[in-house]
Amino acid sequence: MKYSEKCPVVCKKAIAADIFDIRLYSPRITAEAVCGQFVNVKAEGFFLRRPISLCGIDREKGELRLVFQVRGKGTEEISRLREGCLADIIGPLGKGFDLSDRNRKAVIIGGGIGVPPMVPIAEFYGRNAAVITGFRSAGAVILQKDLEKTGAEVILCTDDGTAGMKGFVTNALEKCLEKEKPDIIYACGPMPMLRGIVKIADENGIRTQVSLEERMGCGVGGCLVCACRTVKDGREVYSHVCKDGPVFEAEEVLFS
Amino acid sequence: MSALETVFAGVRFKNPIVPASGTFGYGKEFEDFYPLSRLGGISVKGTTGSPRNGNLPPRIAETPMGCLNSVGLQNPGIDHFIAHELPYLKTKDTVIIANIAGADIEEYALIAEKLDKTDVDMIEVNISCPNVKAGGAAFGVTADGAAAVTKAVRARTTKPVMMKLSPNVTSITDIAKAVESEGADALSLINTLLGMRIDIKTRRPVLHNNVGGLSGPAVFPVALRMVWQCANAVSIPVCGMGGVSSHEDAVEMMLAGASLIQVGAAIFADPLAPVKIIDGLEKYCTDNGIDSISRIVGGVMPY
Ligand SMILES: Cc1cc2nc3c(=O)[nH]c(=O)nc-3n(C[C@H](O)[C@H](O)[C@H](O)COP(=O)(O)OP(=O)(O)OC[C@H]3O[C@@H](n4cnc5c(N)ncnc54)[C@H](O)[C@@H]3O)c2cc1C
Ligand SMILES: Cc1cc2nc3c(=O)[nH]c(=O)nc-3n(C[C@H](O)[C@H](O)[C@H](O)COP(=O)(O)O)c2cc1C
Ligand code: FES
Repeated sequence: MKYSEKCPVVCKKAIAADIFDIRLYSPRITAEAVCGQFVNVKAEGFFLRRPISLCGIDREKGELRLVFQVRGKGTEEISRLREGCLADIIGPLGKGFDLSDRNRKAVIIGGGIGVPPMVPIAEFYGRNAAVITGFRSAGAVILQKDLEKTGAEVILCTDDGTAGMKGFVTNALEKCLEKEKPDIIYACGPMPMLRGIVKIADENGIRTQVSLEERMGCGVGGCLVCACRTVKDGREVYSHVCKDGPVFEAEEVLFS
Repeated sequence: MSALETVFAGVRFKNPIVPASGTFGYGKEFEDFYPLSRLGGISVKGTTGSPRNGNLPPRIAETPMGCLNSVGLQNPGIDHFIAHELPYLKTKDTVIIANIAGADIEEYALIAEKLDKTDVDMIEVNISCPNVKAGGAAFGVTADGAAAVTKAVRARTTKPVMMKLSPNVTSITDIAKAVESEGADALSLINTLLGMRIDIKTRRPVLHNNVGGLSGPAVFPVALRMVWQCANAVSIPVCGMGGVSSHEDAVEMMLAGASLIQVGAAIFADPLAPVKIIDGLEKYCTDNGIDSISRIVGGVMPY
């Protein structure tokens, strides 16, 4: 069930330059949401809603957690929401990650603002997961404490080496695979990063799920604007990120 | 009888509000928000003779109070629609309007013929899609082209035929008259206005198709003007659309001469927009002592 509602902002924090962490009280959406899904958030004064992934689903408190970066004017407007304000959201939307077996070994990879949706996956797998996160530099690093709390092995990379190891998440993934091959890889981040990860995963025959982004209109599958190129039964078809995704099996996605 | 009940081109609608083609899929996606039976009807996603993948993404760009789209008629084809979508939709107690498009006249005619044997309530013929290279708007920009499509479709179906006009023309009334003379039962307008946006960082158009169709509240005054002009130029009923996002907009559209209203891009901002407009119209009628909304159609008093 999808809901359209105005829900109170319970708390809001800046967690890095231009990155905000907000919690919304929405028992109905929280009760039905699964990890990997998103909500479509109204930015006052803008026509289209902004899709933001769920970074946390707290069923006990009935709270959703969103972590987002100010990229343009719409997200800047959303960042002005304060505690006590009402956020106008639609959700939960899309298909989430396959989290059917917590005894599997998982490698979870997030790049930059692709890290937030990885937090609940790490919570699910705990010790059975290694989480690799990559950022441009130390100032952009987010959510490390949240990831460490899950019990997963946490590997931090920065492009310039100012925090964690110097290098890309793909370097860290290759190292991980030398030790042990996981049953599944989960990834969210910029396209070039996803492409690199999927290439490595392919070579090693590891199932991979990726979370994709595309510009959206309705957010629920009605307007077909959020197309992404996929392959089904050997034929190229355009799937829709808001309804068929945002999580896709990597083998179905045409990355080129 | 409800004050909102409307008879349009011989078809009974419980209210005059219809989600616009291409913005509401085949309806299913919205059933979590309200039962489809609340709606006057549904104009379903544009359907072509065979399946189409549509254009490469990005397919949408935000604009002040609106958006550009360049979907390019992605759809599973008419046979799929008839076999898999229509039967379900027909159980929903609302009027189902099939929206069709073709690359050539024979494709339009063939789709109309296939639909003639189904229990779809009405056919809306899109001769105005700005997002496909062949066909689409090519027919809608000349009176001769529009007339030829109307004639071919009319010959192959007894269903009510509503021709959907393009605003990207010099004289929309000439086209309205041309389709009326070839036997169209109704007009719908407007389709989207051709537009463009550029990302100043990358110097690339935002849309992969470079250009796309503008819709949403930004186009409302243009749509209203065209509805008014067409309603005065023809004697067949007019379905008005373009930027309608509130019941006040719907009332304006009706005063300009539309007896049925479609609501498109407003659904992106608020999926409940169509039912909010219905509720608003209901209240408008009560507050103003109007026993039938159809009484206000064409009621503008121009200077
Ligand atoms: C499924 C999904 C989940 C997402 N989750 C997160 C998240 O958890 N945290 C986060 O910081 N960001 C997330 N994003 C990206 C976020 O939606 C965009 O950064 C945001 O829409 C930009 O809006 P703006 O007004 O600031 O930027 P502008 O560039 O001014 O926006 C203009 C238009 O383009 C759209 N747009 C621009 N960039 C993107 C993009 N990358 N993806 C989709 N639409 C875009 C906007 O929605 C708007 O309609 C997600 C995107 C998707 C599709
Ligand atoms: C994403 C999108 C897809 C559309 N697809 C179709 C279509 O398949 N067939 C059609 O006749 N019109 C299509 N339209 C046009 C709308 O039906 C409508 O004419 C137009 O958007 C103006 O109304 P609005 O401002 O209320 O959106 C589409 C519009 C949008 C925004
Ligand atoms: S945003 Fe409308 S179908 Fe995905």
